[in-house]
Amino acid sequence: MSDATGMLHPELLAQGDAGGIVRAGRRLDHAEGTSKPLRSHPEPQPRGARVCGSRPIDHEEAAARFIAAPEHEKMHDERLWDLRQKRDREMHSIPEWEELRSLAAAIKEHTLTHLDEYLDQFESNARSNSTHVHWARDAAEHNRIVHGILRDHGARSLIKSKSMLTEECGFRPYMASVGIEVIETDLGERIQQLDSEDPSHIVVPAVHKLRSDVAEVFARTIGTDPNNSDVHYLAEAQRESNRPLILAADAGMTGGNFMVAETGSFVVCTNEGNADLSANVPKLHIASIGIEKIIPKLEHLAVFIRLLSRSALGSPMTQYTSHFRAPRQGGEMHVVLVDNGRSERLGMAEFWTSLKCIRCGACMNTCPVYRRSGGLSYGATYSGPIGLIIDPTFNARKYSNLPYASSLNGSCSNVCPVKINIHEQIYAWRRELVKRHEVPFVKSAAMKAAGELLSHPAAYRAAIAATDAALPHLPRFVVYNGLNAWGKHREVPHAPAQTFHSWYLENRGDRT
Amino acid sequence: MRIGLFVPCFIDAFFPEVAIATLELLERFGHDVTYPRDQTCCGQPMANSGFNADCAATEALFVRNFAGFDYVVAPSGSCVEHVRDHLDAVEQTPEVQEARARTYELVEFLHDILLVEEFPWARFPHRVGLHNSCGTLRRLKHATPSELHQPFFSKPLSLLTKVDGIEFVTPQRPDECCGFGGTFSVVEEVVSSKMGYDKVSDHARAGAEYIVSADSSCMMHQKGCAERIGVALKFIHIAQILNGAMA
Repeated sequence: MSDATGMLHPELLAQGDAGGIVRAGRRLDHAEGTSKPLRSHPEPQPRGARVCGSRPIDHEEAAARFIAAPEHEKMHDERLWDLRQKRDREMHSIPEWEELRSLAAAIKEHTLTHLDEYLDQFESNARSNSTHVHWARDAAEHNRIVHGILRDHGARSLIKSKSMLTEECGFRPYMASVGIEVIETDLGERIQQLDSEDPSHIVVPAVHKLRSDVAEVFARTIGTDPNNSDVHYLAEAQRESNRPLILAADAGMTGGNFMVAETGSFVVCTNEGNADLSANVPKLHIASIGIEKIIPKLEHLAVFIRLLSRSALGSPMTQYTSHFRAPRQGGEMHVVLVDNGRSERLGMAEFWTSLKCIRCGACMNTCPVYRRSGGLSYGATYSGPIGLIIDPTFNARKYSNLPYASSLNGSCSNVCPVKINIHEQIYAWRRELVKRHEVPFVKSAAMKAAGELLSHPAAYRAAIAATDAALPHLPRFVVYNGLNAWGKHREVPHAPAQTFHSWYLENRGDRT
Repeated sequence: MRIGLFVPCFIDAFFPEVAIATLELLERFGHDVTYPRDQTCCGQPMANSGFNADCAATEALFVRNFAGFDYVVAPSGSCVEHVRDHLDAVEQTPEVQEARARTYELVEFLHDILLVEEFPWARFPHRVGLHNSCGTLRRLKHATPSELHQPFFSKPLSLLTKVDGIEFVTPQRPDECCGFGGTFSVVEEVVSSKMGYDKVSDHARAGAEYIVSADSSCMMHQKGCAERIGVALKFIHIAQILNGAMA
């Protein structure tokens, strides 16, 4: 699901901007479509985290670079906060909102605890609808299966709608290695593909880019005017360049938001209609779907459809909610059911409920850390709060810093439409990583020392007294240096003349 | 009733006036308040980073200090949250369970247990922005968080409205995290500081003279941020206002 054009932040909008875009008599309220460039040389787009094998991703380093690009950071924070506010408005229009969330959570928990039964049911119903069903244990098997289907049909090009699962599987690089051209049909995802960059958000993959960034990418890849960053011009140019590729493609691919066990059907939600193009233009339709996306009955779907787009974009529902039940006449439909670590996650007592996720992105939109650091700073397929609890299941070392990229404020859990206790799982992941020795020695040593000091009152009192005496007399460059993380961007608190402890001894010393 | 006063380590070291106000306020209601002298910390800094084993001794010390009181009261939401929700590095003996269950944050203690109706000694003729820390808001449930579809309530607001002369301003993002987050403030210091800058700017734009909160840790961070970027805001703990601090 994606919305690439809307949701722009109002502060860039110049007062009385005569170039404002009006449609159906109404001025478009997304400001980026109407504002002028802020300066002649646009701020370059900050790139994401440096990824180097299984070395721990340094989220803080990448986040700092994002914050050092103030136009990007401000736009990103405000654009996503706008989505959060729209979500709140939609929530308030549904009196039974909290009940819906509980219901959605209960349906998912029930399904996940009977996952084998419902998957079997889906498979048998899908087969009787003449859909081919494949099982992929992991990413590599998924890629091989899809490659096999394409090879059998002699397909050389594939159009696809956006799918986080295929990102997880490294699908595009794999297809490139076997000489099959993949064309993304979602606008935001296409921008990211042309820029050779991962999506930064589950729902709005290019949300971290300013329109000047898109103009630069399109000028470089599809030959647009580098000085024209009008969003309508850019969108139209992309459409003109992509449409012939869509019409000529040999095969189409989609993901799936929901699979329905009782009907053997699946549902794809988009705002651009691109999944319908991907599924219906070529004769061959392949859908890659994670095994956790299943729900028992069609009647359950309504609960999720009511929650999904309201949580994601603050719109009542996606523009398109497409049901796929059987191949059309003369066509062929394949569903690839992918595990890729999900069964293992299902067995993790503290983390299995993360499989309830319907990929709405609400936790990202509300997360104050995500909004200020950008999705690419996580260096992982899944960014933001949900990423913090899913990514370590793929590689605990590589993503060992991510659970620390949270202030544990808990807003994510409150917006989650399926009530995943995200912030509690972030906390639990920190414990888990320490248990698995995936946390740096310096930190372990510091924590051990703190634990020692804080459990010995006399030593603790002596240490406090020393700090008290020293702090007011230290020169500024000692307190504010590169080694003191607190003082780099903040002032250090002034030490008072007396601790409470010594005040109490003086003033209530007669008490026991 | 016998109340054990739990003074978190950073309040002891940096904000003694908050602990004094808490002590005096509880004494005003005629309670027997004791400050156990061997207290240090609840273990939260280590636990918050995932080092649960390293807080066992500190947690055991906490329980030794605070066993046997009718209530344990602290002017700090996040510390109380640790004691209540996460103090599990030590064996959960009846003594430990009791100490955890009897530990209250000051606002909820005044609101839910003492059922305080008035603060006749308190007057605070200033425009204040209320900062609900994430721990008090979303975990101790001091108030309705903006993400949930629930009827409005706010324990700190219901106490503060009993103070003569006080006036409230509403920032654009009332319950956005300020970025303190315990060890997050140093592990992710750039993001943390940026969140702090945005928070204090939001309150300043709304016209606040003071930020008032039940958590000095958030305010320590916000004050550091405000001073660094030159936002003129003053900070005061809710205990000080309720105890009659005249600004």
